[in-house]
Amino acid sequence: MSDAILRLDDVHTDIGQYHILHGVSFDVPEGGVHVLLGRNGAGKTTTLRTVMGLWRARKGAIVFRHHDITALATPDIARLGIAYVPENMGIFGGLTVEENMRLATGSGQFDKDRLDRVFALFPAMEKFWTKQAFALSGGQKQMLAISRAIIEKREMILIDEPTKGLAPAIIRAMIAAFREIAADTTILLVEQNFLFARALGRGVTVIDDGRIVHDGDMAALAADEGLQTKLLSLSLDAQQ
Amino acid sequence: MTAISSHLNRFGGVYLLPVAIAALAFALIGVPSTWVTLTVAGLAMGMMIFLMASGLSLIFGLMDVLNFGHSAFVSFGAFIAASTLAALAGWVAGDSAILNIAALLLAVAAATAFGAAAGWFFERVIVKPVYKDHLRQILITIGALIVAEQLLLAIWGGAPVAVPRPKVLEGSLIIGDVAIEIYRVFAFLLGLAVYVAMHFALNRTRIGLLIRAGVENREMVEALGFRIDRLFIGVFMAGSALAAMGGAMWAGYQGLITPALGGELMILVFIVVIIGGLGSIEGSLLGAILVGLLANYVAFLFPKLSLASNMLLMMIILLWRPFGLKPAIKG
Repeated sequence: MSDAILRLDDVHTDIGQYHILHGVSFDVPEGGVHVLLGRNGAGKTTTLRTVMGLWRARKGAIVFRHHDITALATPDIARLGIAYVPENMGIFGGLTVEENMRLATGSGQFDKDRLDRVFALFPAMEKFWTKQAFALSGGQKQMLAISRAIIEKREMILIDEPTKGLAPAIIRAMIAAFREIAADTTILLVEQNFLFARALGRGVTVIDDGRIVHDGDMAALAADEGLQTKLLSLSLDAQQ
Repeated sequence: MTAISSHLNRFGGVYLLPVAIAALAFALIGVPSTWVTLTVAGLAMGMMIFLMASGLSLIFGLMDVLNFGHSAFVSFGAFIAASTLAALAGWVAGDSAILNIAALLLAVAAATAFGAAAGWFFERVIVKPVYKDHLRQILITIGALIVAEQLLLAIWGGAPVAVPRPKVLEGSLIIGDVAIEIYRVFAFLLGLAVYVAMHFALNRTRIGLLIRAGVENREMVEALGFRIDRLFIGVFMAGSALAAMGGAMWAGYQGLITPALGGELMILVFIVVIIGGLGSIEGSLLGAILVGLLANYVAFLFPKLSLASNMLLMMIILLWRPFGLKPAIKG
């Protein structure tokens, strides 16, 4: 694909003595939400962390906008315009909501328009602006983690299982927010919740046991329950 | 324990502890003038230990480095201050209060500058290769401490070294029947000034924000685009400089120092860091004041239990709050 913003080519990653990613290759097209699906332990988080430079690829190449970022340090990767929302949200609990978000700004100053947009997407951020982040609920912490990722213009956002442990009402709010965020950036979303992934994803890559087992359109996968069962051992019915 | 915590929180939380200990000591000592003298001595001692402990706490909190060589900075700070004061003997013993104070400030500045420079070397050469490996950190920093102590012996010898005290800071303030050593007041005020400066830097500057965030979650700070290794160097240098400053002030306080000074103080410094909570400046201050007050009160009331009292304090606090009184929140 020529319009890929991110390309992984035969990426192998080891964690300690364990070989986790076995030649992962896929493209993330520019714009919208691309979903990386897979079961627990399939290698989804490892893939995101390898892209972010938090774990090193032993072999293969990761190319972001024609830059080979395989060997770059994490801060340098972030400065290319890639934001990362980890599975544990990475919130600084002892810092206020404002301080958490200020850290994510390059200059330490907020762009008023972007801040207003964040407040419109997640009103709780304005309400708890001066509150220490550890006191927020799980859903509010997730909102803060995402707000931090979008407080400045990013080329791409890597988000790891944002719906984990969240109530259905909050997940619905997240879907609306992600749609709006994806209007001006690319999101690589790691998910296990297929309903959430289906609601957002344009493209989908399925990973299993550290290998890519499917790569295609989300609409096609959503329409093919047999393929879902084969790839993910779950079906839409089972989640409804 | 839960009931004690909720009562404490209602009346000021853990910050009430030094007040409670001071009140108990007042009841046991019974003589107000003696109590005031001991309290001022405890606060001064606490502030000097705070200088030494705050850096160690930040280094551990941010960098996850167990630096057993920290006491070397304390010892070098003390000896460099002693040598500087000896070299400025004319200023130290003269009648000019300005020159007296200038001599002490120069001695403290020399020790602090040495601490910062040595901290840079120590971090780059000794600590950097063993990040993320606690066992090797312990071994290599203890090894560095032994080398540093031998260097101290080689440079200053094993005999106790007298530390001249500036004339203006000699003697005591007499208020009624209360005698307060002037040097202790100076040490307390200097420690307080350093604490205020650190508090401002950590809470009102971008670097401070990064340090606080880094103590909680280094990986996320890097994922936000910041080079944490540069922060490591800065914090290590600042922590080592503070240790040397504490050593310089302690030298003037003791009047006679030996190369074993740092090692002896490290027991108290580690107690302060542990009971205060790793990575927390407020915790270090609170822990240092508790340790300083308790050491002085117990040394007066039950002299043989002086060191044991602080160990007991640490055990009680760890049973009550396993992560210390004011630990930094970890992400």
